[in-house]
Amino acid sequence: MVNENLVKDVVKEPYKYGFVTDIETEKIAKGLNENVIRLISQKKEEPEYLLDFRLKAFKKWQKMKEPDWAGLGYKQIDYQDIIYYSAPKQKEKISSLDEVDPKLLETFDKLGIPLTEQKKLTNVAVDAVFDSVSIATTFREELAEHGVIFCSISEAVKNHSDLIEKYLGTVVPASDNYFAALNSAVFSDGSFVYIPKGVTCPMDLSSYFRINSGDSGQFERTLIIAEESSSVSYLEGCTAPMFDTNTLHAAVVELIALDDASIKYSTVQNWYAGDEEGIGGIFNFVTKRGKCLGKRSKISWSQVETGSAITWKYPSCLLLGEESVGEFYSVALTNNLQQADTGTKMIHIGPKTKSTIVSKGISAGNSINSYRGLVKMGTKAKGSRNYSQCDSMLIGDQASANTFPYIKSQQPNSEIEHEASTCRISEDQLFYLQSRGIQFEEAVSMMVSGFCRDVFNQLPMEFAAEADKLLALKLEGSVG
Amino acid sequence: MQSKMKESDPILEVENLSASTDNLPILKGVSLTVYPGEIHAIMGRNGCGKSTLSKIIAGHPSYNITNGDIKFLGENINSLEPEERAQSGIFLGFQYPIEIPGVSNLEFLRVSTNARRKFLNKEELDTFDFEELVKEKLEIVKMDHAFLSRSVNQGFSGGEKKRNEILQMALLEPKIAILDETDSGLDIDALRIVASGIKKISNEQTGIILITHYQRLLDEIEPNYVHVMSDGQIIKTGESDLALELEKKGYEWTDNFIKET
Repeated sequence: MVNENLVKDVVKEPYKYGFVTDIETEKIAKGLNENVIRLISQKKEEPEYLLDFRLKAFKKWQKMKEPDWAGLGYKQIDYQDIIYYSAPKQKEKISSLDEVDPKLLETFDKLGIPLTEQKKLTNVAVDAVFDSVSIATTFREELAEHGVIFCSISEAVKNHSDLIEKYLGTVVPASDNYFAALNSAVFSDGSFVYIPKGVTCPMDLSSYFRINSGDSGQFERTLIIAEESSSVSYLEGCTAPMFDTNTLHAAVVELIALDDASIKYSTVQNWYAGDEEGIGGIFNFVTKRGKCLGKRSKISWSQVETGSAITWKYPSCLLLGEESVGEFYSVALTNNLQQADTGTKMIHIGPKTKSTIVSKGISAGNSINSYRGLVKMGTKAKGSRNYSQCDSMLIGDQASANTFPYIKSQQPNSEIEHEASTCRISEDQLFYLQSRGIQFEEAVSMMVSGFCRDVFNQLPMEFAAEADKLLALKLEGSVG
Repeated sequence: MQSKMKESDPILEVENLSASTDNLPILKGVSLTVYPGEIHAIMGRNGCGKSTLSKIIAGHPSYNITNGDIKFLGENINSLEPEERAQSGIFLGFQYPIEIPGVSNLEFLRVSTNARRKFLNKEELDTFDFEELVKEKLEIVKMDHAFLSRSVNQGFSGGEKKRNEILQMALLEPKIAILDETDSGLDIDALRIVASGIKKISNEQTGIILITHYQRLLDEIEPNYVHVMSDGQIIKTGESDLALELEKKGYEWTDNFIKET
């Protein structure tokens, strides 16, 4: 038996991002009804079709039931006790970053995402979202020179309405599921990316989501469109302060890849996870889906999920185009009383489509970590292939790991391969490393990053280092 | 051995050591002193407590010391963590080296070497400097550079694992090395490589404890002392000819010693 107390010390998580920014905000009253939706739409000066989209979604949502098939245990969410719009007060029209409230800039500085001209990250363009609104987007002019559009979704509604009207809700329809319907009704902000035909985006694009207020939900919506023969790498990060109440985060992400286009979408999710007794933390109910519409198009999801009290997300690929490719690389780390139910859906519709799933779940403390995934071969998916590998690592003897692979094939001429394993960090392995002078904590963290190596290799360079550091941090004890 | 005059202080002193695991006594009063430059061999039947003794000296958490002391360079180390013992210069060569998937051998060796260097107030090595050092040490055990890019011991043959242990010993430059059945599972060529490696690494300042069943390792590395263990105790100590006699007469011969005492 591995020494329980030592393990507990090691996996104790110091959450660095738990501070609250004291800033004047404009909030609407708690509760959800048709008027609230009209108010949000009005505040954002939206066109009629979008208000329609929201109202229809709301009607559907009212008739739907919160899903319980994942068997997650949590206190029932009171949807009337949530604020659906919260924005930091600032000048009506901001023409440059200099006009952004310094407190906001400082907040993102503290999070390691400097936005100002002097300090901004040199190789990544950032869209910073604070509660319900986008604060700033860097490198806009440089990107515009290549025809790349990178802005908040609210701005896209104003300036690129045709694209929004054409694509919004085409990958994740409003009625897709309970949380997607809720998002469609009340979404506030998020990022919009458009890569024109033949363009390789000159730098990585990144959105950073920050929840600041404790009583408002976050409902962001992201839409990425990659035209023929274009490519983009997009990164997403998120943190939130420590509150003893739960905050709902229900996002929708839609990706569209046309012929020969490729989208790489990477997430490092570090929402506040709640304390050791499971008090507080983010409820993370997210619908992410990509549509490989074009021939030989490719969508690759990679995610490092370490935060949230509850994670419920299944970044998926609809493989429509002939020879299109879907990938899912995931590391999910849970500790204390965290629950994660995550995985993917690879829906093979077109012929000769290919998908790869690599999932690594690490459960420590009393947490529950489940992989849930669907691989489906449709009747026309002749010559399609899938490879899945799901590995779980247990730390301590109170944590649990589950794997729920669903496989459906209507095409005899296709291949599905599934491998799964569960391991425990053994006392012998730890002793071996320790007997070579390596500290207990470092030994655990070396083994965990070793276990995740296949996934980390898929992350963009800067992100891989961050992810490795984040896991080490999560596994860092009070000593050293 | 008590009769010999020792000029320097001992490296390791095990004094009347008793230990148990899950309340089951394994060691029942073992005493052993190693001076610089000495090679000791410990022999005995399977289950006599040889491996347990080596693990306890290295600080394995599964065993409880119920009586007695372990002193290293004059300091009591009973309550030190395994990594502290390793950093200060105690090395255990494992009988069954552990596989650690996903952790690259090179990185493992570097982190481990740096932990020891830090203790010695030596500069820690970056990847490039470490590459230089490890290249030199690979020669000692005739290992190919390709071993470094693989996961620690994963998919290594028995002989490769043992050579990897000696490579670690070469990098860590311990004050005392306890080699638990390093000869088992080796063919004659590999045994020679390992034995010559051990000889190259050790010197007048270091101590070595060889735990073994066979004379053939002791043919390569001649011990100053041979101890025979049985049922958690050292029942006889002699010089290198004791091992030869043991080889000839078998462990049954040693059963008589217990009756005598």
